[in-house]
Amino acid sequence: MKVKTLVEELGMTLITGDGEKEITGIYACDLLSWVISHAKTGDLWVTVMNNVNIVAVASLAEVACIVLAEGVTVDEQVVNKASENGVTLLGSSMPTAEIIVKTSKLI
Amino acid sequence: MGLSGQKVTLRYTIAAEDFISAGEASSHVKKTLNKLGISHELVKRFTIAMYEAEINTVIHANGGEAYVEITPEKLMVRISDNGPGISDIEKAMMEGWSTAPEHISEMGFGAGMGLPNMKRYADELAVESEVGVGTVVTITVYLS
Repeated sequence: MKVKTLVEELGMTLITGDGEKEITGIYACDLLSWVISHAKTGDLWVTVMNNVNIVAVASLAEVACIVLAEGVTVDEQVVNKASENGVTLLGSSMPTAEIIVKTSKLI
Repeated sequence: MGLSGQKVTLRYTIAAEDFISAGEASSHVKKTLNKLGISHELVKRFTIAMYEAEINTVIHANGGEAYVEITPEKLMVRISDNGPGISDIEKAMMEGWSTAPEHISEMGFGAGMGLPNMKRYADELAVESEVGVGTVVTITVYLS
């Protein structure tokens, strides 16, 4: 499923990216070393971690997108770095578990 | 751009405690390897291992240098620093063992996965360290 379809279905906010990337799985964790070694290419990654390092991790792990759960916001620096590196950032007010359950029914 | 028998070398300076640009060397290497048409899976493995070494240098070692060598046979990166050194490499290789301070953990690092992840993704990992002198980590991924 394309990122933009998920954004529409679950009322998320598309912060960066064109929404064209394909989501093929789900991964959730806030420990970055854990994410980089366990997330799979094409995963939707749910986290509440919002520092700039999430961009490099998402890029190297090749996730389809980062979803910032629980209404967590990111500063301009993160947005700019994500745009520069072609990383798709989404925002959602839902908690992590709800995002996972609802996404799993759609992909 | 392609690898037709020649050697490509890249050098980077890794700044201490600079979490804004941390990962830029690894990201640049990834872009270069993709341009060279190297297998996607090998590029991912190599750059994840390199990222862990790069982050370790930022967190623990007051920064350092990365030297990357790309040949038709292998991808190699040597990251060296003048940090405090690792007193017990065997312990440092264990998953979950970390000496990262609390402000580092709050950023999502310090899970004790750095060296274990390097080992997991590299074909060869060499860690040479001397307390008070520094550490040299060499990561190799073979292309054939």
